[in-house]
Amino acid sequence: MSSEWPLWEIFIRGQHGLNHRHVGSLHAPDAEMAIRNARDVYTRRNEGVSIWVVKSNDITASSPSEKGPLYDPSNSKVYRHPTFFDIPDEIGHM
Amino acid sequence: MYAQLVKSEGSKSREDMTPEEIAFQDRIDRNEKIEPKEWMPEGYRKTLIRQIGQHAHSEIVGQLPEGNWITRAPTLERKAILLAKVQDEAGHGLYLYCAAETLGVSRDELLEKLHSGNMKYSSIFNYPTLTWADMGAVGWLVDGAAIMNQVPLQRTSYGPYSRAMIRICKEESFHQRQGYDIMMKMCAGTPEQKAMAQDALNRFWYPALMMFGPSDKDSVHSAQSMAWKIKMNTNDELRQKFVDQTVPQAEYLGLTVPDPDLKWNEEKGGYDFSEPDWSEFFAVIAGNGPCNAERLGARVKAWEDGAWFRDGLMAHAAKAGERARTARHAAE
Ligand SMILES: [Fe+2]
Ligand SMILES: [Fe+2]
Ligand SMILES: [Fe+2]
Repeated sequence: MSSEWPLWEIFIRGQHGLNHRHVGSLHAPDAEMAIRNARDVYTRRNEGVSIWVVKSNDITASSPSEKGPLYDPSNSKVYRHPTFFDIPDEIGHM
Repeated sequence: MYAQLVKSEGSKSREDMTPEEIAFQDRIDRNEKIEPKEWMPEGYRKTLIRQIGQHAHSEIVGQLPEGNWITRAPTLERKAILLAKVQDEAGHGLYLYCAAETLGVSRDELLEKLHSGNMKYSSIFNYPTLTWADMGAVGWLVDGAAIMNQVPLQRTSYGPYSRAMIRICKEESFHQRQGYDIMMKMCAGTPEQKAMAQDALNRFWYPALMMFGPSDKDSVHSAQSMAWKIKMNTNDELRQKFVDQTVPQAEYLGLTVPDPDLKWNEEKGGYDFSEPDWSEFFAVIAGNGPCNAERLGARVKAWEDGAWFRDGLMAHAAKAGERARTARHAAE
């Protein structure tokens, strides 16, 4: 039979209360084994307190050629940043 | 080094490049990272697969010479340390295989090419580890040489490769230090123990120098790889750096580097040293080193003996998935 184990993407929450972050991928027959393997491959030095595994095939990614249409529109919306507005010094911190 | 002889695809002058290739080179020159799905020249992709694959194979095969001593480590603590070190190397191999797979090659294809001898691994792992002092020499010299090459590769142009190198570099200094620690212990021990340490240095010195690959004047594929930033320094630059760093460490141990011509050169601010025997290097790369057959044999055997287990777990996963689907249906 010999079919390759599927690929899983591994996400780990570090110690610091941050979001889970993508750290890499690995092969495993199922989700449970993927978590066990992720423990050994990606947290040998206490790098995490929680692991998510997702089958790589189940991830849909934006395509690099869409970069322009997707992200350019936000360039012109400078008023979304607080520094766009001049607030008089007398007002103090805002 | 871990990738010593990577054949690079054709080098092109700017006039001969297509507009796409020019835009690509400009991105690299601006130090932008190239990510998996983005456009890249076919040669860049192929060269990277070879290089990252060779690097991954080296990490995996590199476990064997040290694995040889896990059951015979002198203390329980040394055994635990060596086990952790060797486990790290398995991790390094896995990070790198994953990076290679983002370029469109499968894990099984890479392993098949290793097992059939169509892809190489570093020449250094074809030397035997005869005594416990070799565990010291390997950590100190082999991991030391690996670090020299891997630190600049953290800045390589291919995103997944660069990120793998960053993880690896974080773990490597433990490897080198545990090796040097073994050497310090041996050198502070009985005269017999110190002689073992000297013997290990004698045997590993030139093979360690070979890890950086052939001399620049014989290294045909460097220019293109350097333009693409998948090779950051020339072989000779790194070898010189390694010698300059290592000689004082040997002196501290009271050991003699086995090179009568080794001499500090004030003018260049580095040591003059003898080149390794390059005919030996090419023989080892071609499969005729002292342990080539044994190393590759151990890999192939592990792969074949594990086949029933890999297949069994897949069958189990398929059945469990099927059962879960049926249960969901019944509940609906
Ligand atoms: Fe390593
Ligand atoms: Fe290594
Ligand atoms: Fe290492």
